[in-house]
Amino acid sequence: MTDEHGERMLQVEGLTKEFALRRSVGQRVQRQEGQWHLAVDDVSFELRRGEILGLAGGSGSGKTTVARSLIRLTEPDAGQVRLDGTDVLAADRRELRGLRRRMQMVFQDPYSSLNPRMTVGAALHEAGKVHRRPGWEDKDAFVSRLLSLVQLSDRLASRKPRELSGGQRQRVAVARALAVDPELIIADEAVSALDVSVQAQLLNLFQELRDELGVAILFIAHQLAVIAELADRIAVMHEGRIVEMGETKSVFEAPSDPYTKALLAAHPDPDPRHRSLLA
Amino acid sequence: MSLLEISDLRVEFPSDEGPLVAVKGADLIVEQGEVVGLVGESGSGKSLTCRSVMRMIPKPGRLAGGQIVFDGDDVTALRGPKLRDFRAHSVGMVSQNPFGSLNPVFRVGAQVAETLRVNRGMGRKSARTEAVALLDRVGIADPERRYLAYPHELSGGMCQRVMIALATASNPRLLLADEPTTALDVTTQAQILRLLVRMRREQGMTMLLVSHDFGVISEVCDRVAVMYGGYIVETGPVDEIYHDPQHPYTRALLDSIPELDSAGSSSRREPLSGYPPELSERVEGCVFAPRCRFARPECGSVSMELEPLGPGRASACPVRPLAGGCADPQSRAETSA
Repeated sequence: MTDEHGERMLQVEGLTKEFALRRSVGQRVQRQEGQWHLAVDDVSFELRRGEILGLAGGSGSGKTTVARSLIRLTEPDAGQVRLDGTDVLAADRRELRGLRRRMQMVFQDPYSSLNPRMTVGAALHEAGKVHRRPGWEDKDAFVSRLLSLVQLSDRLASRKPRELSGGQRQRVAVARALAVDPELIIADEAVSALDVSVQAQLLNLFQELRDELGVAILFIAHQLAVIAELADRIAVMHEGRIVEMGETKSVFEAPSDPYTKALLAAHPDPDPRHRSLLA
Repeated sequence: MSLLEISDLRVEFPSDEGPLVAVKGADLIVEQGEVVGLVGESGSGKSLTCRSVMRMIPKPGRLAGGQIVFDGDDVTALRGPKLRDFRAHSVGMVSQNPFGSLNPVFRVGAQVAETLRVNRGMGRKSARTEAVALLDRVGIADPERRYLAYPHELSGGMCQRVMIALATASNPRLLLADEPTTALDVTTQAQILRLLVRMRREQGMTMLLVSHDFGVISEVCDRVAVMYGGYIVETGPVDEIYHDPQHPYTRALLDSIPELDSAGSSSRREPLSGYPPELSERVEGCVFAPRCRFARPECGSVSMELEPLGPGRASACPVRPLAGGCADPQSRAETSA
């Protein structure tokens, strides 16, 4: 690990986002204000260079809204996001492009985030070309380096997404994120749709990318066990707030928040001798 | 006699290059009062095996061979009213997506009551009373009020409870649950599993539970059958399968499961390399051999028949590289980070 490890890279403070709920017909006719749903409520956390932070929580807890707000796919209502001191929320279009290069997102469903008409090679090369990354001029070498980073064969460069398996597609999505040399990867349920044997491969891949490239990862997952495998620290979200945050091991061994405790208790243990639900 | 006996089940989907075989040869026995799990990755054929029992293979797929015997009757031979009767009274089914299975324009209570009137010949009033009682039985609080709710007004967990009420409305002898908790949050999942465990205890319900999550299987099932590439590769009591798997795939599957205990440890899992076989791939011999670290040349001619290993246990791997213990499911490949 580099000397930079431990340096604060991403600082999020007081992030808040409200969504307007759909108004009923009556409310619309009477021009009444609709109700608001506080999706993210005063969320603050930090991410160090090369660190893996797991973001856990049930559906609707606000995990994805936090992720999207970091790169302003969703504009937050209040709060601050700083990447190495640069205010992300105040950035103009040009600055935002640069910031988004440094913070890349990997989504749950690689099939919908890859262009079905582009070959894998073209998709990877385009990302490098748009951001003028070193080596982009030599397409084959550029693509080949990326594919080897995610442990895929060069032969896949000429394939289209539909010709790949789910695990291969997700590796391509990771490779495309890596094409622009990001410092932070935001992985939003990136392994949730995969089969366990393939999921284990991807978890190892994320760990290797962190160890070898020093890239930080904000790893969003609803499965606590997946976060246990990967994350240095964990933040647990519930109803828009971070209810507990700390070293993964200590949070799992001694959770202090009732919601974290409930999540851990509900986790189905693969060992039948540890059956907990029969009680 | 066993309640359900599936032997040599084959399910095919037609394609331009000949039939694609999704289930190649599944053998499974479910005894009266037993909860059996069917675990495997996507494309392993577990859902199709489950749906075959209800003769509900999605078109254009078809049952291309094998036998399904339910309580002595051949299910594959049922036609018309007999099939309808079988589906109505003998088996109930809960699927993964409760929203997709409920009719959005009818109140949930009315849907339960309709089932009772059609399947059990109840009158309007008694069906309503019984429907409220059923909703209560599946743990829906305030069932009188929920009776009037539309599916979209209920949460996913609530809808799944309604589905369970529907599936069990005519007291079926077998409940088929196909990934019943996959679309739900863990906390809701735990509630639904608790409900299934309770119904089993109180009513002696026989169940076939399909899941990709071995944790879910472990919490609820007595026995488990592991599927891979269209075959059942190993079966046995859940406890024995977890602590002493004999088929290399079962072992690899168990080794891949992420665990809470891994927090803070820098060791890594040794993942299974490669990907599960595609439907169009034809693998000679053992379907798992291309990913198996114990593969030998003779694996190319393995028949995939389940060979008995002991009481209630069978494996489709004749090589048996894991025989003689040493199967510690927690084992990891230590790599210094």
